[in-house]
Amino acid sequence: MEELKPEWQTFDHVADIGIRGIGRSLEEAFENGARALFSIMLEDILAISCKQKQRLECSSYDLTGLFVAWINALIGLSDLKGMVFSRFDVEIEGTRLKAIVQGEKWSEKIHGRGIEVKGATFTEAKVEEKEGLWIAQCVVDV
Amino acid sequence: MDTSRVNKVNDYVWQIPKSGDMKVPAFIFADRVLLSEMDDKVFVQLSNVASLPGIIKAAMAMPDAHWGYGFPIGGVAAFDPDSGGVISVGGVGYDISCGVRCHRLGLKKSKILPKLETLIEELFRYIPAGVGSTGKIKLTVSRLDDILKHGAHWAVEKGYGFPEELEYIEDGGRIRDADPAKVSTMAKERQKKQIGTLGSGNHYLEIQYVQEIFDRDAARAFSIEEDDVVISIHCGSRALGHQIGTDYLQILGAASRKYNIPIKERELVCAPIKSPEGMDYFMAVGCGINCALANRQVLGHLTRTVVQRIIPEATCELIYDVSHNTCKVEKHKVSGKMHKLFVHRKGATRAFGPGHKELPKLYRQVGQPLFVGGTMGTSSFILVGTQKGEDLAWSSACHGAGRSMSRRAALKRWKGKGVINALKHRGIILKAASLRGAAEEAPEAYKDVERVVEATHGSGLARKVARLKPLAVIKG
Repeated sequence: MEELKPEWQTFDHVADIGIRGIGRSLEEAFENGARALFSIMLEDILAISCKQKQRLECSSYDLTGLFVAWINALIGLSDLKGMVFSRFDVEIEGTRLKAIVQGEKWSEKIHGRGIEVKGATFTEAKVEEKEGLWIAQCVVDV
Repeated sequence: MDTSRVNKVNDYVWQIPKSGDMKVPAFIFADRVLLSEMDDKVFVQLSNVASLPGIIKAAMAMPDAHWGYGFPIGGVAAFDPDSGGVISVGGVGYDISCGVRCHRLGLKKSKILPKLETLIEELFRYIPAGVGSTGKIKLTVSRLDDILKHGAHWAVEKGYGFPEELEYIEDGGRIRDADPAKVSTMAKERQKKQIGTLGSGNHYLEIQYVQEIFDRDAARAFSIEEDDVVISIHCGSRALGHQIGTDYLQILGAASRKYNIPIKERELVCAPIKSPEGMDYFMAVGCGINCALANRQVLGHLTRTVVQRIIPEATCELIYDVSHNTCKVEKHKVSGKMHKLFVHRKGATRAFGPGHKELPKLYRQVGQPLFVGGTMGTSSFILVGTQKGEDLAWSSACHGAGRSMSRRAALKRWKGKGVINALKHRGIILKAASLRGAAEEAPEAYKDVERVVEATHGSGLARKVARLKPLAVIKG
C-alpha cells in the first residue's frame, strides 16, 4: 500500500471507474473526491477558473450514502448548468452536507472532453478514517 | 469464477444450488470458458438476488454477465407482486432502457463504400455525441412530460419517423405504466436539452454490413441478406434515466428499512411492488423507458435524414428496437398457469419467441429480433428469440460483449489516435467525440462477442441469425 496523503485518485473497476478523495478532514476527503470526479469528466481540471459560485446541499442516512449523494449532486449540477468545478468548500454536519462550489462554463477548447458519468454508485463505496486521514470513495457508472 | 461452486446442468447451463437465505436457486448461462472467466462477484450478486422476497423460479445470469450494481450486468429475475415480490433499483440500473435499434438501408456494401467517408462525416456533424453535447430539440419541463408519457409516439407526432415504425419497437414504442409526477424536477431539468443526443461511454452509432447469415428464414423475415448495409444505434434514457436511478436509490434505500427487507448490497435496495414506494419507482422507470424510446426514435430519424441526403435511394427502415435495462410487467407461465410478473432485465435483452402476440405480424412466425453489440473492431450479431428461451429465462438473452479490461487499464495501454489508426488499417472509420473515449473503448478491452453469442445460441436462449461487421463508427 502506498503512503496515504491528501489527494484525489481514481481506481480500477471492471466496466467503470472508481474515484477516491483523501483528506486531513472528512470535508477535505469529500472535496478531493469531487476533484477525482471532474478529472474523468474532463481532460484538464487545472484549466478550470473559479468564475462562478453555486450552492449545493444534500443528505443521506449515513456517511457513505452522503458521499454518493454529494457526487450525484455534483453530476446533476454540472449537467444542469453546463459548468465544471474545481473549488469546493464543504461543511458536513452529521449526514447533511452544505457546499459552495466554484468553477465556470464548460468549454471543450479549454477543458477538453472526458467521459460522461451517469451516476455515483455504492460499489466499493466507503468513508473511513485511516492513519489520521479520511478516505471517501465510490465507483461511478460511465 | 471458481467453477467447483456450481453444478453443471449441461454444456451451457450451470446451477448455483439454493443455500443460506436464497429463496430459489440461480442459473448461469455460459460455456465453461466464459464461466471460469466470470468475476466471483457474479456468483455473490446472483445469490443475493435469489434471496430477495417474492422471486420466482430462479435468479439468472446471461452469458455476458459481469460484476454490476446490486444485480450483475446480464442479470434477470422475475417477481410476483402477490407473493410479496419486490422491485429493485439494482435490477434496472442507471441507464434505464439503454438499448439498440437497427435500420436496414436496402443497399449493398458496394453501393455504400464510395460514399462511406462523406456519410460518417455528415452523421458525426449532425448527431450530437459525447459528454456535454446538447440536442437540437429544446423543451420545457411540461413538454418533456409528454415524452415521458408517450415515448416514441411523441417523436413520430413531432415528425421524427412514421407511425408504421412503432410496431417495430418493444411495447409498440410506449409504456403505459408511466407517471411523470413520479420523476423529479431535477431529472426533467437535466433532460430538457438531451433529447436526440447519443451520449458517451459505450454508446455508438455504427454502419455495418451483413457478413454471414446463419438462419435464412429469420433473415428473410427481417429483410436482410449477405452484404446488406445496416445502421445500429446504441443509447439510452440519458440524464433522465441516470437521475431517476440516483433519486430512487435513496428513496428505496429508506423503503427497504421501512419494510424490513434485509439488503445484502446497497444497490439491491428495493420495495414491495405493492407498496407506494415500489409503485412510484415502477412508474418512474416507465418514464425512463419512454424517454429512451423517444430518444432512439429521434436519433433513428435524424440518421435517416442524413443517409437519404447523401444516398437518396437508401430506405433506412427500422428492423427493430430493443431495450436492455428495464423492469416490465409480463405474463409468463409458472407451474402451468399464466402469471403477471415484474421482470427485471439488467444488461439483458427481452427475446420473445415465435407466436408471441406482441410481435409485429412480419416477425410473429420467427420470433423477436435482438441485436448484440460487439466492439467497434469486431462483430455484432442479430439473433432471434426462441420458445425455449421463455422456459429457460423468461424470454431473455445476452446484450453485448461485456468488458474484460478496466477503462483505466485500457487508457494506460492505448492512445485514442492509435486506436483510430489501427481501425483505419482494418478498413473501419472511427469518429470519436473524445480521444480518451476511443482509447477506453479499444476493441481489445472487451470479451469475445463470438463466444457470448455461441453460448446464447447453444443454451437455446436465442438463435443466431446474422453476423454484422463494422464499416464506420461514431463513438460518443
